[in-house]
Amino acid sequence: MRIYVCIKQVPDSEAIIKIVGDTEYNREVVYVVNPYDEYGVEEAVRLKENNGDGEVIAVCVGGEGAVSALRTVMAMGVDRSVLVKTGEQFVGSDLTAQALAWVIEQEGPADIIFAGKQSMDSEGMQTPYRLGAQIGLPVVSNVVNFSLEKTTALVQREMGGGLRESLTVKTPCIIGANKGLNEPRYPKMHAILKAKKKEIKVLDIAELTIQDNSGVQLKGLHPAEDRSEARILEGTAEEAVSSLVDILAEQRII
Amino acid sequence: MSKIGVFIEIVDQALGKSVPGVVGAACRGGDVVGFVLDDLADKDRELLEEYGVTEVVVVGGREVALSELPVSAGLALADAVKASGVKALLGVSSSTGNDLLTRAALSLQAPLVLDCTGIDFNTNCVRKSHFSGKATATLQLTAAPFVCGIRPNSFDPVPEKVACTITKFEYAGPIDDAITVTGVEKSGSGRKDLAEADIIITGGRPIGSSENFKILEECADTIDAAIGASRAAVDAGYAPHSMQVGLTGKIVSPKLYIGCGLSGSVQHFAGMKSSKLIVGINTDKDAPIFSKSDYGIIGDLFEVVPLLTRQLQKRR
Repeated sequence: MRIYVCIKQVPDSEAIIKIVGDTEYNREVVYVVNPYDEYGVEEAVRLKENNGDGEVIAVCVGGEGAVSALRTVMAMGVDRSVLVKTGEQFVGSDLTAQALAWVIEQEGPADIIFAGKQSMDSEGMQTPYRLGAQIGLPVVSNVVNFSLEKTTALVQREMGGGLRESLTVKTPCIIGANKGLNEPRYPKMHAILKAKKKEIKVLDIAELTIQDNSGVQLKGLHPAEDRSEARILEGTAEEAVSSLVDILAEQRII
Repeated sequence: MSKIGVFIEIVDQALGKSVPGVVGAACRGGDVVGFVLDDLADKDRELLEEYGVTEVVVVGGREVALSELPVSAGLALADAVKASGVKALLGVSSSTGNDLLTRAALSLQAPLVLDCTGIDFNTNCVRKSHFSGKATATLQLTAAPFVCGIRPNSFDPVPEKVACTITKFEYAGPIDDAITVTGVEKSGSGRKDLAEADIIITGGRPIGSSENFKILEECADTIDAAIGASRAAVDAGYAPHSMQVGLTGKIVSPKLYIGCGLSGSVQHFAGMKSSKLIVGINTDKDAPIFSKSDYGIIGDLFEVVPLLTRQLQKRR
């Protein structure tokens, strides 16, 4: 069984993002594996473990520093990795999907592919679908429950409002992972050491004959407006609540 | 005048609550044409007429329920959009909305941006969050038609009573059953959808148990609010993940957000900072929530929330 996981390295959620120029940001922040991708990694590794046989391959499109993200997921149980190196800050989901598809074609056909449902930096939500279009596989994203029965994947998607949709998907397929799918493991020390010896193939995105066909251009990045200090409602709890209710009524919220 | 399409999402056999807001966004760009899968109930048509939808295309065909076959539904929606000549297709950036909009956009080879919070039909630019709400990006869509998912509550509905004509689009493309919807189940409380609620009350870790959420529920019932939970409360097992607000949870923008016992982490703010009014209730006067909200009450949620419930009941 050949299982792929698609990985992106993103700024840590605690990172302070400063906009540089029109469309760039301070790149010298702390980076982590995109949190949604970790659910994909965990599910891929569990699938291999339950299957008792197979290989999990991580594929990443990103800067040179993304090697550390790949070491992290290899410590979680991924067998080997491929990094498509790029110097760009934002690689759109169209180019990313083409690069991922290129690697998957080189490394051999997939039995199943996991990816995070979205990245935490550009929040595009499209990469699993675009990859599916590239390699002709069905895609389900936002998945919170996954099991495999012979050649059919049984999945559940979260719908909002407490609704969950159940679907069957013919494999091979692509699964966009959401939180709730599993609890990603913390790698143990020996796994971290072992991961240092695992293979990372590196190739340059320029070697691939691909171009951006998304029809979407980033025109500008702007810092989000920060909220100011709260007005603390004074007095006893009863008085404070009473002022709050007055304010809500004044603003016609209640 | 150009025409703008809106995917009409049906949730639990009724018009999705955020659809009128998306129609409000679309009407800035031209006459609004709705696209609905399989069938449109009379009550939903009447509701769309209240908000200025002059035409609805019912996309169906081949004697199957397209809403159960996402792959074919995306192809069918794309074909209907192409045939209609709309300049753009908008829809609610919900789980189903994002799924179908993406499938349709890929079939149309159309530019696509999901989770937009702003749209300008003159420049064909949209705005959306980057870095979990720490930045906003302006993106330009350089071909037509283009496809946009709109974050719920980003636009107000614009009431405008019109008559709506219904036309049918018979999908003639392939029936692809690689993905089949086998059922929808309700999990959890069956309460209001967080993403669509006007008011949200959220409990943090100090809530202490899943039973204690009852305090928030009683308050929520008086003002028709949805209930959320912080990551700490979810991880402690007090609430299901479907209730989590914040990074790796739900992104919400209600009119009023009341955070009870929340510290107000960066990750939590990433999920609710676009709320119009934020109220924090916390015993710690130095809690970060007070530095980025509108009003604060320093106090114990177990004392303050029941008082709030009582006062709200009195006002009704």
